[in-house]
Amino acid sequence: MPMTPMQPKRWIPAQLEWRELIPVICFVALLAAGALFSDAFFTERNVSNLMRQTVANGLISLGMLIVILTGGIDLSVGAVVALGGVLFAGMADQIGTSPALAVAVLGGTVAGLCNGFIIARFRLQPFIVTLATMGIIRGVVFLYTESPISPTHPSFRELGSALIGPVSVGMLIMLGCYLLAGFYLNRTATGRATVAIGGNVEAVRLAGIHVERTVTIAYGLSGMLSALSGAILVSRLGIAQPSLGTAYELDAIAACVIGGAVLGGGGGSVIGTLFGVFTLGVINNLMNLLGVKSFYQDIVKGTVIILAVLLVARRRRS
Amino acid sequence: MRETAVDAPALPPVLAAQGIAKSYGATHALRGVDIAFQGGEVHAIVGENGAGKSTLTHILTGAIRADVGRILVDGQPVPLSGPLEAQQLGIRMVHQHDTLVPNLGVAENILLGQWPRRQTLRWIDWGAMHRRAAAVLGELGYPGLPLHRLAGSLPASQRQIVEIAKAVSVQPRMLILDEPTAALAQEDISRLFAFVRRLRDRGTAIVYISHHLDEIFELADRVTVLRDGSVTGSVPVAQTDKQGLIRLMVGRSINDLHPVRARPAPRPALRVEGLMRVGHFEPVTFEVGVGEIVGMYGLIGSGRTEIARCLYGADRASGGSVTWEGEPLALRSPREALRAGIALLTEDRLGDGLVRGMSVRDNATLACLPRLTRLGVLRRAEQGAWVQEQVRRLDVRPPDIERDVATLSGGNQQKVVLAKWLLTQARLLILDEPTRGVDIAAKRDIYDTIGGLADAGLAVLLISSDLPEVLGMSDRVLVMREGRLAGCFDRAQASEERLLACASGVAH
Repeated sequence: MPMTPMQPKRWIPAQLEWRELIPVICFVALLAAGALFSDAFFTERNVSNLMRQTVANGLISLGMLIVILTGGIDLSVGAVVALGGVLFAGMADQIGTSPALAVAVLGGTVAGLCNGFIIARFRLQPFIVTLATMGIIRGVVFLYTESPISPTHPSFRELGSALIGPVSVGMLIMLGCYLLAGFYLNRTATGRATVAIGGNVEAVRLAGIHVERTVTIAYGLSGMLSALSGAILVSRLGIAQPSLGTAYELDAIAACVIGGAVLGGGGGSVIGTLFGVFTLGVINNLMNLLGVKSFYQDIVKGTVIILAVLLVARRRRS
Repeated sequence: MRETAVDAPALPPVLAAQGIAKSYGATHALRGVDIAFQGGEVHAIVGENGAGKSTLTHILTGAIRADVGRILVDGQPVPLSGPLEAQQLGIRMVHQHDTLVPNLGVAENILLGQWPRRQTLRWIDWGAMHRRAAAVLGELGYPGLPLHRLAGSLPASQRQIVEIAKAVSVQPRMLILDEPTAALAQEDISRLFAFVRRLRDRGTAIVYISHHLDEIFELADRVTVLRDGSVTGSVPVAQTDKQGLIRLMVGRSINDLHPVRARPAPRPALRVEGLMRVGHFEPVTFEVGVGEIVGMYGLIGSGRTEIARCLYGADRASGGSVTWEGEPLALRSPREALRAGIALLTEDRLGDGLVRGMSVRDNATLACLPRLTRLGVLRRAEQGAWVQEQVRRLDVRPPDIERDVATLSGGNQQKVVLAKWLLTQARLLILDEPTRGVDIAAKRDIYDTIGGLADAGLAVLLISSDLPEVLGMSDRVLVMREGRLAGCFDRAQASEERLLACASGVAH
């Protein structure tokens, strides 16, 4: 007679206990505060704004999560956002929107794979490598174009502005990516290996798993998602500036951390990151609605990050 | 067995431990230990792995507290609540493992915690620092050792000297040396011994822990033997010999933990010829047969783990050849070893055996994922069934495969690691200390499993420093000593005394 109780299907790998619900409670409190302090918060217009604004960070943070799960970090995501954006905008008029999108995403993937290869093959510190490639990729973007690109192709703006019902295409793509990522990390061998590497890379190596390949793929995915994010962003804005994405890596790391990811590996989940993305998005949105000056916004965001990390650390120690 | 010293000491011992007992759950690490360390005496402690030496020294240095018993310093009982208090009482220890800070210089390491300061602004007084460090090193017999070099850049033997210098820099009243000669060449050992004798003559109590019996007889005045947490003898060195010590170290009743097995017909599956790794082990030649359990016994540092890692492809051998199932085996990577049907259960389950934070299910299938995936996607139902089967067979408790392995007890964790390698369907199982830190009930389960596997036709190489385990499980025992294969015993010929003697280099 089987001794194990029936386990429900779950996307979240770890056991859920009440402590893990603290971020949920905080988020609900945040929403309540929003409703309380601003009449404009729960309006249809604001909610759709909020949704659109979180798409960009949402995709970047997802890629960042995958990398963080391997115990690494990707500081080049902001530069890759720009790469994806200018490639998409630059190619759209010449070869059409869809092929241009493919080129943009491919470009980001290649950049990510290069990151991963260097880090995994030579066992270098991800922080240093991606800090360097951040500069290199940004330089390449400026080489490609010094001035903003504004394509005239009629379908260029569809990606970023089209709606399906009340939801934007971008949001649907983002949620689709999250679902796929959840499936990847929980249901595929490479995905499980990715998570395991952050927990104990030596054990994974001794189990005969190709650590280098797995890590390279993780960074490739990060590049791919960042480039996709860049394409959606420039499509929404209608214009691609080579300075796009500057400092985006910070928001991505913040979203992952708020969602419970542990830098150095050993913690983090897709659902948690989604949460972190929305939490950060709501905070940004609220502060804008309330007319808070931008440098105050930075102070608030920084404080939120520290509190989130404290909560995560206390949960882990218990 | 207590011998009275020829000259009754006029002073109370520098440190005396009375009735010390310490248990970890059901494991009794120390039972009723009485031991005293006189000033001006080199008192050696010997015992095989697991006898309680580490626990005892941890208690003496205040790192852990005994459950029962008391410590007296100069005849006065002291609570010894922490390492700081022990240091203030003048008790210092040189550990087996590095406690140096690799990116600080030699002088700063020696005087760690007591860096001399100037009057002005409490800046570090480098001149005084180097003078004092040089003085200590001079005493040890190493006046030329470079003070400016970073400790991490020194070779192992020099790092050991710096460790010793660090411990003696405060003029300790009692100095504990734990396997100090492991990294030292013969010349260094002579200098160390000369220094130890000088220190002893000045009245310091020296505690010398080593498994090198020659050193005991060369240096020590008195020797105490620990076995299974108790003192089995304490004699002046002049009144005993190596045989006598070995007899005190072994000789326990045979337990019935081990399955009774028929001796298999010899059919070699693994042939190792001249396998060597420069700096780790000399050329070794041995065989493991189908259905055979070959034990590999040896003391710490004898090279057994290194051999295992080379056989598994985790480390590169420098030379030699291996034939497995009739084919030459290229030992290039764990992946290739697994494909060939060889698995290695490492000695450090938390270090490289388990991924903490992941479930039993994930950990147990980490090495066989390719067989559970179709087009890259894991077949979860099948994965669950495989793991459930192993959990049932090995009696993992609690039997919930979604649990984080970190929440399991040591014995159950080890079972999960064993399950991982069993699921690879390996035909050669190399087990490195498979029951280290495992409770007795789990040990029995693991022994039964190993015995059953051998009966089913697996070849097993069992590396262990647990004498009863090696004797109870093996059909043949190989003994390693300092990187060399020192002996090979049939089960009928092997005894605890013979194995320990062979591993210690004592003629039997």
